[in-house]
Amino acid sequence: MNNSARIDQIIATHAGREGPLLPILHDVQKEFGCVDAEAEAQIAHGLNLSRAEVHGVVSFYHDFTAAADPRAVVQICRAEACKARGVEALIGAAEAAAGGRVRISTVYCLGLCSVGPNARVGSDLHARLDEAALVKLVQSA
Amino acid sequence: MGYEPQADFGTPEVVSESMVTLTIDGRQVSVPAGTSVMRAAAECGGSIPKLCASDNIAAFGSCRLCLVEVEGRRGTPASCTTPAAQGMVVHTQTPRLQKLRKGVMELYISDHPLDCLTCSANNDCELQDQAAAVGLRDVRYGYEGANHLGLATDSSNPYFDFDPSKCIACSRCVRACDEVQGTFALTIEGKGFASKVSAGQATDDFLSSECVSCGACVQACPTATLQEKAVKEIGKPERSVITTCAYCGVGCTFRAEMRGEQLVRMVPWKDGKANRGHSCVKGRFAWGYANHQDRITSPMIRDSIEQPWREVSWEEALSFAATRLQSIKAEYGARALGGITSSRCTNEETFLVQKLVRAGFGTNNVDTCARVCHSPTGYGLKTTFGTSAGTQDFDSVEQSDVMLVIGANPTDAHPVFASRMKRRLRPQNGKPGAKLIVIDPRRIDLVRSPHIEAAYHLPLQPGTNVAVLTAMAHVIVTEGLADEAFIRERCDWDEYQDWARFVADERHSPEVLEAVTRVPAADLRAAARLYASGGPGWASAQRERPNSAIYYGLGVTEHSQGSSTVMAIANLAMATGNLGRPGVGVNPLRGQNNVQGACDMGSFPHELPGYRHISDGATRALFEADWGVELDPEPGLRIPNMLDAALDGSFRAIYIQGEDILQSDPNTHHVAAGLKAMDCVIVHDLFLNETANYAHVFLPGSTFLEKTGTFTNAERRIQMVRKVMEPANGYEDWQVTQALANAMGLQWHYTDAAQIMDEVARLTPSFAGVSHAALDKAGSLQWPVNSAAPDGSPIMHVDGFVRGKGKFVVTDYVPTDEKTGPRFPLLLTTGRILSHYNVGAQTRRTANTAWHSEDLLEIHPTDAENRGLKSGDWVRLASRTGETTLRAEVTTRVAPGVVYTTFHHPETQANVVTTEFSDWATNCPEYKVTAVQISPSNGPTVWQEDYAAQAAQSRRIATEAAE
Repeated sequence: MNNSARIDQIIATHAGREGPLLPILHDVQKEFGCVDAEAEAQIAHGLNLSRAEVHGVVSFYHDFTAAADPRAVVQICRAEACKARGVEALIGAAEAAAGGRVRISTVYCLGLCSVGPNARVGSDLHARLDEAALVKLVQSA
Repeated sequence: MGYEPQADFGTPEVVSESMVTLTIDGRQVSVPAGTSVMRAAAECGGSIPKLCASDNIAAFGSCRLCLVEVEGRRGTPASCTTPAAQGMVVHTQTPRLQKLRKGVMELYISDHPLDCLTCSANNDCELQDQAAAVGLRDVRYGYEGANHLGLATDSSNPYFDFDPSKCIACSRCVRACDEVQGTFALTIEGKGFASKVSAGQATDDFLSSECVSCGACVQACPTATLQEKAVKEIGKPERSVITTCAYCGVGCTFRAEMRGEQLVRMVPWKDGKANRGHSCVKGRFAWGYANHQDRITSPMIRDSIEQPWREVSWEEALSFAATRLQSIKAEYGARALGGITSSRCTNEETFLVQKLVRAGFGTNNVDTCARVCHSPTGYGLKTTFGTSAGTQDFDSVEQSDVMLVIGANPTDAHPVFASRMKRRLRPQNGKPGAKLIVIDPRRIDLVRSPHIEAAYHLPLQPGTNVAVLTAMAHVIVTEGLADEAFIRERCDWDEYQDWARFVADERHSPEVLEAVTRVPAADLRAAARLYASGGPGWASAQRERPNSAIYYGLGVTEHSQGSSTVMAIANLAMATGNLGRPGVGVNPLRGQNNVQGACDMGSFPHELPGYRHISDGATRALFEADWGVELDPEPGLRIPNMLDAALDGSFRAIYIQGEDILQSDPNTHHVAAGLKAMDCVIVHDLFLNETANYAHVFLPGSTFLEKTGTFTNAERRIQMVRKVMEPANGYEDWQVTQALANAMGLQWHYTDAAQIMDEVARLTPSFAGVSHAALDKAGSLQWPVNSAAPDGSPIMHVDGFVRGKGKFVVTDYVPTDEKTGPRFPLLLTTGRILSHYNVGAQTRRTANTAWHSEDLLEIHPTDAENRGLKSGDWVRLASRTGETTLRAEVTTRVAPGVVYTTFHHPETQANVVTTEFSDWATNCPEYKVTAVQISPSNGPTVWQEDYAAQAAQSRRIATEAAE
């Protein structure tokens, strides 16, 4: 099955429900690692929306990406509480450890403000990070 | 009128029976319940600062500039989203509000270029106005920091630029595209600081996006971000004149915004009752043809069509023409002469041409381009209802529950009305959208495009309209869905019973006719039920039945059974009681700007103005007394008959105003032969059109920008056309016709167009109350305008049909003689595209060619594969009549067995292949059905090359040096 046929299948799965666009985008992002321009157009056609409308929604959310990125992702919180607890000092080391292999992504608040600096890999949360712990986390991501 | 933008009330008008009274800044004002505080303030002379609000789109509440304080309420609500309430006390200017607004404005300006003096929107910019209104004196944040000032301009659209560096992200363009135009081509990309208006997707520009260049976004933009290129080049207009568009039958009114005699831009007029402030790419932008280098401004003559043209004075050209006409009349009699009026010229001009033919030439050989488009409408609706016109105004669509669109492609051919239809088809303010039935061989855009989808699309075989409509009538009658109370009260009951017996016959059932129409019987039954009764689940507190309206176009009329189809439509509307009130009716969508008017003005050979038969002695006597001549009581020749008579030698001279019959009429070879056989062909046009290749006299015409008069649109609305610049050729078209008449010795003395309209009113009961002065006062009037209806008639047949009792006519389906067979297995149907108009003489001479530079042949993938064709290939399109070549576009918009093309380009000449079959009642040509074969080709046919060579030869203009 090619990508286009699979996307049609995903659209068909959600087509009847109220507000089908976001569940479809989630499924497509999950399956293909991105929602690219062709997928946007195909989903627009499937839901009888304009290409612009779907692009507007896709581009609004950080977690939908236009191109697949095979790298592992480490999300580091750089919101106020984590900043106050010193996350900015760790960023350089994390980026060095990441190199070209891991993508460091900045997020704002993972909900563990009292125990920062915090990071997330996949669905696992990591708290009370110091430089060594963060570097280790990046290396093992 | 000076140049001031039209007042903007901030939020749309609300219609409500209950009123609320509030106090704004000490002034009391009463407004309909539901009106915003912003609008209420505007209605009592105030102007609350605003950026994201405009009165043609719903309130959005994003700019935070229109804050107000309301006594007894906390905070500072946005006045655009706050409904006015009884007894409310509002303050629009307080120290607190001033501080807040200034702060907001500082943020906007901190990311906006400060190049006001050199900006193209200077002094025509809402951002500038609001900065002034809030008293902005300083921007504390400075202009360093991150900003959007370096973003590149998108100049891909030929008519306007998008400069994102000046964008304030108010979303007005996005919302105008969604709510007004209904295309949804724009979005806000990204979020927060990265928010940016995007046409289409990330890699699109405006031209590659879904944008249809209607101009709604440009009109909505409060800054210079989206602005006409012409304003950038020329500067801000200094005055404006309200006039009427000369493209399609919607009849949009525009403000022609001028600087001196230079047109800067056309902006849709918000008070225009046909367009309600909206426009399309043609009317808004495609007026550049008026100054195109191809425009001919000097009269020209030649003895024979092999010779080059000779530029001469007006006197010489007119005397040359008059002498020829008179000698032909002397030798062959008056009936050897004739004329064709133009559906693109004004009522006044059309009236004069038919007067010249009847009173001057002494014959009734006058016809008009309606012959080839809506003549069956005239015949069919006159027979059934008693008037040759649509029954509704355009506003009526807002009250429709079901729309049936047959043989029309409104999004391409009547785009501004299509936007109004689409608006009604989308759910709005909790009101469900209207249901839509489309009967068309092609999957037109209305069938499915963002946010609208037809409940039923019946993709019938071309040529089977009558069968489909009779099958629908069968379902309505046999399932007991007819509105018998309405029929008994308003129609002839005996005729109804005859008709009902006829349609109820089993041979008219959808199941039996499916073999002919190829429409699935179940879909047809469901569609008929939906039209008649709203279908299953119809529930309305107010009405037992839905308001169902029929809209149709040339896909109905341009058939051998065109008149039958019009009557079948009328039958359906009468049988279901869908006439005589808003929201219902039978609505022909007229092709050309003044085709309704041309018909009203007596352009047909058998009718004097007001649709009165030439054989009627009393009417003739009225005109004879006024004109001081005797009129021929016999109807004259129709266009095809004139051409036939030319070939047998009995018809020898023709005066053609503003129509290109060689390109627009069927069977090009036959038209060419007929013209070639004539001794005197006078073409009165803007350009050396295709017909002029066979002309002996060329009289240069004037554009709609250069003349005063009236156009009548598809809803019978008479609107003023006002001169904004002097005619490049020296004369308005009515003046040229008058000069020709006087050269023939007729002594006409009209000094302005208003006098001609006065004559029309004097002689035509349905126009009795029409005059230029009355139109200036009322803005527009829908005929009949007489003592019974001094303000005109938006809806017709309100208390009964004009003819008395509505007449049911039995419409038996008779297949066309144009049949497919082994040699010509496919059916060709023709039509139009958004960016072009009719034969393209105007639009091909504008930047609209960016969207459609050549005619393409749409073909289904199955048919293409059988012939080894892919998109972009040259194909030979051949019928029994002729052949041409063009490029293919493989698409599922057409069904297998059907191909489609447009007729905008003379290089293709689609009408080389169309046949001479025509409507049985009116001779309207059967453009919509031609049996053809398609095969791969290497390029243009021999005919096309010969034609191009002949046209070039024929268009030569002698230079003085050569003489």
